[in-house]
Amino acid sequence: MFYREAGDFKKTYSADNQTFPIKIDRVGYYLALVVAFLVIPFVINDYWANAILLPFLIYSIAAIGLNILVGYCGQVSLGTGGFMAVGAYACYKLMTSFPDVNIFFHVLLSGGITGFVCVIFGLPSLRIKGFYLAVATLAAQFFLVWLFNRVPWFYNNSASGQINAPERMVFGVPVTGPNTEAWATYLFCLVFLVLSALIARNLTRGMAGRKWMAIRDMDIAAEIIGVNPLKAKISAFGVSGFFVGISGALFFALYLGAVEVGEAFGITKSFLVLFMIIIGGLGSIFGSFAGAAFLVLLPVVLKVVGVDMLGWPTDIVAHLQLVIVGGLIIMFLILEPHGLAQLWRVAKQKLRLWPFPH
Amino acid sequence: MSEQLVFAMEVFANGLMSGVLYALVALGFVLIYKASGIFNFAQGVMALFAAMTLVGIQNGQVPFAHLINAIFGTHVHSFGWNISSAFALILTVGVMILLAWAVQRFVFRHLVGQEPIILFMATIGLAYFLEGFADLMWNSEIKTLTFCLPGELCLPQGMNLAIDDAAYNAWGVGFFIDNLDITATLVAIVLVIALVAFSQYTKQGRAMRAVADDHQAALSVGISLNFIWVLVWSLAGFVALVAGIMWGAKSGVQFSLSLIALKALPVLMLGGFTSIPGAIVGGLIIGVGEKMFEYCFGIGQCFGGVINLGGATENWFAYVLALVFLVFRPQGLFGEKIIERV
Repeated sequence: MFYREAGDFKKTYSADNQTFPIKIDRVGYYLALVVAFLVIPFVINDYWANAILLPFLIYSIAAIGLNILVGYCGQVSLGTGGFMAVGAYACYKLMTSFPDVNIFFHVLLSGGITGFVCVIFGLPSLRIKGFYLAVATLAAQFFLVWLFNRVPWFYNNSASGQINAPERMVFGVPVTGPNTEAWATYLFCLVFLVLSALIARNLTRGMAGRKWMAIRDMDIAAEIIGVNPLKAKISAFGVSGFFVGISGALFFALYLGAVEVGEAFGITKSFLVLFMIIIGGLGSIFGSFAGAAFLVLLPVVLKVVGVDMLGWPTDIVAHLQLVIVGGLIIMFLILEPHGLAQLWRVAKQKLRLWPFPH
Repeated sequence: MSEQLVFAMEVFANGLMSGVLYALVALGFVLIYKASGIFNFAQGVMALFAAMTLVGIQNGQVPFAHLINAIFGTHVHSFGWNISSAFALILTVGVMILLAWAVQRFVFRHLVGQEPIILFMATIGLAYFLEGFADLMWNSEIKTLTFCLPGELCLPQGMNLAIDDAAYNAWGVGFFIDNLDITATLVAIVLVIALVAFSQYTKQGRAMRAVADDHQAALSVGISLNFIWVLVWSLAGFVALVAGIMWGAKSGVQFSLSLIALKALPVLMLGGFTSIPGAIVGGLIIGVGEKMFEYCFGIGQCFGGVINLGGATENWFAYVLALVFLVFRPQGLFGEKIIERV
């Protein structure tokens, strides 16, 4: 009744091509932005920020990045954890080497550096395809983690081998270090998430995105119709690395504060982000959000239900979580290979006809 | 002979032995991949699950004891009996066959005809599921595995004194080889011969190869795909069990056992996904390569220690080697040539 494009006339080309062509979508989008920017910062507390909102925002950025590579360009990568580590260590080196520059630029730059590293590890994708590539990206994962563990230059020769985020201000408000406020870190991450989502969304519906999708669907056919596979694949690796690097930098500097690379950016992180985009939906920006939200919330919900309400030991709940996540992945792949994003699309389609389906 | 040369030889021999163990895991991958085109990431967790089941049955643990206690407030832990290794082995094989059937029935039957990458991700999900399931069933503490067949034939531990003595007499320097590694090598050789014999000389084995060649053609001559897939998963489960026993006896049955699957991946890439000899040769190359690289450059023992990377290169060397290798030969050493058509 309410959700439809009928009567919503477009008068210009750009209006016809906007991201959300249906009015109610547009209103919802602006409403979400208003709530995210103007309401949540006032009601947020430390528990919500650290347990749910910050991981959600940061993982969403990582999921968007990986979704560009896996969902849009079809190049399966298991090296996300390693690339996040690159972002984190780049951010650390920049923060300690250039303390006067605003951290905003440090995060952006570390994204760029990660994109560059990602491109280097993506170069073999021109020769290696499918599973072989997935396994080859594991080389990045293990090599990078080893590198950050073994070369003292990366952690400024600190005795513990950890990296710690020094205190940095944005507009006089500390966003990293021990004295941060929940709303400040939240807003800082949110800005990056919104920027990432905007860039990703517009890249994927433009020429670059169409090239990626052509490569994903069938790379030889794409090559024949004139898509340069070198440029398409490398650009996907670069853009994906950029977002993943930003999320790694934020994960280190704002969320954890101190990082031991093998623990924070191990192979499990790669799988976690991969699961997010499978459950959320491959090839969908909304899916990246949905998947990240789902997998961030699931352990929290399980802990509240299992440990706090039923009083089970934590290790059982942790094992149960593995079972549930694994089972859900299989279930999604069987029932809805396009993930939560497809459910959302179906719901919208139903809503268009509601309440008169005939 | 100089001490250093003997030491290098020792590293080489130990590399060969661990290569055999990698090959053992890789073998399970190849079996499933050839027959069903599924790249089974869960192979390592299957090894873990099999080893845990074996230990659990041997020690008479109550399955899901933790969970039952948590729900009903009881205190059950153990049936209080000890089962002989041989009988436990048979029971575990039964469990692995059941698992193979369940995986086939509830997961992959519904995914027939999906893209390979979807199947791959399903096996990652399966790996997570199985890992949590195994922990729930047999709890996650580190267990020691002692495996004895009737007639006091236990899995040996410690280093082989005979070889050590012989080397000492000949060169004046000791030579360290683990007894367990020698056993594992022998078992792996027997297993490979048995598998090859099975696939060459039995009806089911031939059917398996037919399915591997062409699903539809196999179907049209009356081979049941479902049966073959269950068979293949069972075989892979059995291989996983053997690998689980060997690794479990070596370093205890614990979570890190499932990580050997990750080590088997570069082995597969080197050898090619579809080749059993490839899995073995790849395993040996990786095993020797990473040990020698660690010895030479990781801890800086070769060329006067010019290059010293500070150790632990074993974590990544296999992958980087496979990566570099694949750039020049994308289908691996023995893999089928990749032909692409539009």
